[in-house]
Amino acid sequence: MTESGHYIVRFRTFVIIWVLLGTLTALTVVASRIDLGAGNIWVALGIAATKSALVIFFFMNLRQESRLFKIGLLVLLSIVAIFIGLTFFDVLYR
Amino acid sequence: MSHEHRDDTGARFGMWIFLYTEVILFSGLFILYAVSLSKFPEQYSIASHKLNIYFGGANTLVLLTSSLTMAMAITAIQRGRKKQTLILCCSTIGLALLFLVNKFFEWSAEIGHGIYPGSEELAAMGPGVTNFFNLYYFTAGLHGIHVIIGATLIGVVTVLVSKGRVNSEQYTLLENSALYWHLVDLVWIFLFPLYYLIL
Repeated sequence: MTESGHYIVRFRTFVIIWVLLGTLTALTVVASRIDLGAGNIWVALGIAATKSALVIFFFMNLRQESRLFKIGLLVLLSIVAIFIGLTFFDVLYR
Repeated sequence: MSHEHRDDTGARFGMWIFLYTEVILFSGLFILYAVSLSKFPEQYSIASHKLNIYFGGANTLVLLTSSLTMAMAITAIQRGRKKQTLILCCSTIGLALLFLVNKFFEWSAEIGHGIYPGSEELAAMGPGVTNFFNLYYFTAGLHGIHVIIGATLIGVVTVLVSKGRVNSEQYTLLENSALYWHLVDLVWIFLFPLYYLIL
């Protein structure tokens, strides 16, 4: 036991996540060689987002952190979404 | 035993806040990428095909594995296994160096083909391709600097672990360097498909 409510993550858990990340990497390479038109970029981003979630929740251990850390991440993602949204609101309607 | 004031959760949250700002920094570059991609879709595809998928793919696996060894190092120190922690930290640093060596060969090959910012050969390929490679060098270069900083940080923590200053009772420094290292991995997770894998 380390801190209140924190348990030690086993090596096996990390190895499973690593295998999943490797599989998703292979999947993103394969998917990028198939012509999906505009779909390609969304598939690539979807897989990258899934991989990020695995890294953030398991390797960075966000799932064991308090709610404050998770709210922080949501605030960050909202800021980035606003950033991207407003940029394209300008660029796409020029 | 002297009483010590410590807030490990606060220290980790401070690191997370710093990492949020790092994400904002990189997201600015990714927004530039997105805007340019929508402006030059064909040229971006042509330019992307000039990048070597094998170098990019190998470096993806190298970084993913280094993230694994770093995550395992925390488990090792929590269990009080000093030697195992040192081995895992050194493996992470080794993989970081391998990443940089790959990057050196990759960039040498590209520069050898006349692809570098300000090159006349690159300018002759048109504004879209030039734009792609300028952004590629800037983003991958900034990422590379993060790899160097992260590996240095882990190196310092490794020395502290070997001296016993970072131990199973007090290892926030190791956790925070690991968090930084995972951010380096996260940036590459987006960089790889966006730059190397456009059809």
